[in-house]
Amino acid sequence: MATNWETVVGLEVHVELSTETKVWCGCKNEFGAEPNVNVCPVCLALPGSLPVLNATALQYIIKAGLALNCTIAHFSKFDRKNYFYPDSPMNYQISQLDLPLCRNGWVEIVLADGSTKRIRINRIHLENDAGKLLHAGDDVAEGESSLVDFNRAGVPLIEIVTEPDLRSAEEAGLFLNKLKAIIKYCGVSDVKMEEGSMRCDVNTSVRPVGATEYGTRSELKNVNSFSAALRGIEYEAKRHIALIEAGGTVDQETRSWRDAKGVSVVLRSKEEANDYRYFPEPDLPPVVLTEEDIERVRATLPELPDAILRRLTTEYGLSAYDAAVIVAEKESAEWFHEAVALAGAGNAKAVANWQTNELNRVMNAKGLGPDQIPVQPRQLAELLQLMEKGVITGKIAKTVFEKIVETGKDPEVIVKEEGLSQVADEGELAKVAMEVVVANPKVIEDWKAGKAAAAQFLVGQMMKATRGRANPQLAVKLVTEALRQHTGQA
Amino acid sequence: MTHNLSASRLNKAFASGELSAVEITEAFLARIEATEPAVRAFLTVTADQARDRAKKLDGRRRNGDGEIGLLAGVPVAVKDNMCTEGIRTTCGSKILGDYVPPYDADVVERLRAAGAIIIGKTNMDEFAMGSSGENSGFWPTKNPWDPGRIPGGSSSGSAAAVAAEQVTLSLGSDTGGSIRQPAAMCGIVGLKPTYGYVSRYGLVAFASSLDQIGPFARDVEDCARLFEVIAGGDRRDSTNAGRTPPAIKLGGEPSLKGVRLGVPREYFGAGIDPEVKARIDEAIVKLASLGAEIGECSLPHTEYALSAYYILAPAECSANLARFDGVRYGHRTLDSGGLLEMYMKTRQEGFGDEVKRRIMIGTYALSSGYYDAYYKKAQQVRTLVIRDFEQVFRQFDALITPTSPITAWGLGEKTDDPLAMYLADACTIPVNLAGLPGISVPCGLANGMPVGLQLIGKHFDDHKLLQYAWAYSKAAPFDARPPLGKGDK
Amino acid sequence: MALTRSQVEHVSRLARLGLSEVEKEHLTEQLSRILEHVESMNRLNTTDVTPTYHAVALQNVLREDKPHQSLDRAKVLSQAPEAEAGCFKVPKITEG
Repeated sequence: MATNWETVVGLEVHVELSTETKVWCGCKNEFGAEPNVNVCPVCLALPGSLPVLNATALQYIIKAGLALNCTIAHFSKFDRKNYFYPDSPMNYQISQLDLPLCRNGWVEIVLADGSTKRIRINRIHLENDAGKLLHAGDDVAEGESSLVDFNRAGVPLIEIVTEPDLRSAEEAGLFLNKLKAIIKYCGVSDVKMEEGSMRCDVNTSVRPVGATEYGTRSELKNVNSFSAALRGIEYEAKRHIALIEAGGTVDQETRSWRDAKGVSVVLRSKEEANDYRYFPEPDLPPVVLTEEDIERVRATLPELPDAILRRLTTEYGLSAYDAAVIVAEKESAEWFHEAVALAGAGNAKAVANWQTNELNRVMNAKGLGPDQIPVQPRQLAELLQLMEKGVITGKIAKTVFEKIVETGKDPEVIVKEEGLSQVADEGELAKVAMEVVVANPKVIEDWKAGKAAAAQFLVGQMMKATRGRANPQLAVKLVTEALRQHTGQA
Repeated sequence: MTHNLSASRLNKAFASGELSAVEITEAFLARIEATEPAVRAFLTVTADQARDRAKKLDGRRRNGDGEIGLLAGVPVAVKDNMCTEGIRTTCGSKILGDYVPPYDADVVERLRAAGAIIIGKTNMDEFAMGSSGENSGFWPTKNPWDPGRIPGGSSSGSAAAVAAEQVTLSLGSDTGGSIRQPAAMCGIVGLKPTYGYVSRYGLVAFASSLDQIGPFARDVEDCARLFEVIAGGDRRDSTNAGRTPPAIKLGGEPSLKGVRLGVPREYFGAGIDPEVKARIDEAIVKLASLGAEIGECSLPHTEYALSAYYILAPAECSANLARFDGVRYGHRTLDSGGLLEMYMKTRQEGFGDEVKRRIMIGTYALSSGYYDAYYKKAQQVRTLVIRDFEQVFRQFDALITPTSPITAWGLGEKTDDPLAMYLADACTIPVNLAGLPGISVPCGLANGMPVGLQLIGKHFDDHKLLQYAWAYSKAAPFDARPPLGKGDK
Repeated sequence: MALTRSQVEHVSRLARLGLSEVEKEHLTEQLSRILEHVESMNRLNTTDVTPTYHAVALQNVLREDKPHQSLDRAKVLSQAPEAEAGCFKVPKITEG
């Protein structure tokens, strides 16, 4: 009988903090600058330079730790992690070994069946990023030489290490999305995987369903996107299962994910594992935090997605689905709140409908990111108001919405420029009604024969003639009157 | 002669216009030219910069432009492990043979602000690792008292230059005795301040938790003057205590009335030269005659301090020296295929024997499976050494010991026996482990070579040590001068 | 503890420090002697002794998150053994 396998995944997620300056020096923490312009004696490890901890970086990791339900250490220290690599100017990284700033946190994810699951976080520590290596070809070993840019060297990095609580690539995806959202809500990072401000290493193992022991794990590095992480996990799980089912064993090793080819290759085996020779950083005194210090940071935390979701469903009566879509991104939740503030709480459901349907459809179609919302909350509020006042019909509103996206103009301007306001002038509409009736003798016969649909058809013709601007109730009344008048029925 | 004047005398002469900075500079440059072939204290003499600087100082003085700093008109030499913007800084190593830093160390900024004339960069044991100066990647500096002997180390050039009157003051660095021991062997005054008093920003690190910059001078007043200039807060060094020393008042009738001085018996054990012991005993008598209360005491973990040091310093150095890799600055081998080979050969060619030895010990002590047995154990022993000091400091204000159990030995005498060389630092190393201040003052000659008396104080009691040392030096003036100095008078 | 030559070779690789055959031989002997001396520490029972990492205890030394002037790139690269296109250039990377 074939064994049913369970995949076990743990993640090590690196997040760059969006401080003004680097973690040990005052060079700018900036993405995309010319190479080697944001460098100084400290981040180039010139002889004689010394690190000094950035107060904001410390505040940010505590903030992230609290948002991820961690215990913040009252005593924490830094350690040197020694390894030679050309992107590491000191040839050691200042990190935290045994006394990290944050421990024992968790993130809750909602599974496909609607149930929730807690993914435990073992630790979060603070360290510095390395520089960037530029080389020909997609493989380090392929180039004859490499170029090094140290702008990124010294950018503050937090490493979030989960327990092996994830059981599939899907769960890993849910976790990463949730983690990303929380970090972004905290405002401590822009968490852009494409710019490398969020990266992850993936530890995967498999075991027969029901087993209590973990299998041997492999560590996957160079995972540069969420989708790569998911593909990598699936690939590794399959690879492990195939190895075991063929009577082999899985080696504990570090592998590199080659996304273009969809395969992983061995980077180093356990025997060659780096001996990092950690020891306490003599250049940095420890960080000692009181309960009050920690509470002061907690007070700066914004409302987090789980809490917002609860509030949206209870306070505004949104569906769990709509609420989840809205809180999935910090920008979208902010957009929602701003629109509701302008349109009034009574319009919350309407705002949610527009946001989750029209807006999301447009953004998906255009491939826009969460920070590229093409409509301003004020513009939606205005649009809803125009509908409420009867200036435009619901149908026209959709047209106006499309125009906002297209031109960025405000709804009132669009309505005016395009002449889209509802026609409620009875005399004008009565003329149109008569024209429509006269032009459709066959329909008159149907109407006379008692077919109710005939009048409906004529109302439709009226709408067509007015390009949808006729007030619908008035149109029904006037078509009936015109029919009666035309056929001489009293 | 200008070159044998004290810093305070030169400063006054400059302020009054009796001597111009240019005259002072030229006098010292001439002195260096005359004596350098015998001493070889300098790796770089910054003659042009010093002359430019002197002209500016003279101009400013004539125009009454700004205050006259504590070191205005005083020539100072800087050990070549402190960064000087635009001036080659080698650390006595071939791996940094052509390295020109783009910034000044904090102490160098302070020297400039105080009006000092930086006259050159001094020779040293490579990366400050050594006790004789013979580990310089360039050449050994010689003892001005006897060119056949070592000047001590690692601040060999800084000590020898002051002793030979090539310069009035100099800066050294002390990780395990590298200021005090050469000061003792060259017959001058050297202070290792409390850890954290002087910024390490711009000091090329050897062992970060032990390194401290300090002054060399021929008398205690000058030593105090230079200490006042370099000590103080610096936010660029996270281990800097941010403290400014209290004003140091030296003068009046020398007295040590009510001062309790402890004599730790472990510092007088086997291996001490009987002549050195005799000079220290005489010094103790002199101190007592000044009113000090002398008592014997014990620092029982002293013999283990050396072992702890020879794990901790190499461990820290193995990481601190990892940056010398041929990527961003310094030497790179001409002969490399790939990166790994480039690293291995660059470092093999660039580092000397002692540096290699310490990188190897340190790397080994930190490597997987050995950390607890060596590194952690050594840090625990360090705690015991510190507790010893805390214990005796309940009873005493300061401790008196020999700075070195032996006087300067012959060049080449110990180069084949690294362990014997290490043992020579037994009296100075515990002070660094505990971060305490220590000063060495000359207390006579043994077999024709100078002997140093070490005073060890409590954290941030540097000013008191200077006061005690001043009182002693007034009561027991050390008038002997090395032959180089005499021949010129 | 006596060190073996293969241990010396392993450590030299960890430290990225090339050694000649003669150096390996000398270091095997010298390091063994030094370590033997250092192991005198084992005579002390340190089970409950807290290690000291900083002799003068400070804590929470922080820097304000304000940018400083970075170095001039040309000046920085002037010290580089090899540079190209505003970057430091290194030989072919032969290891992970």
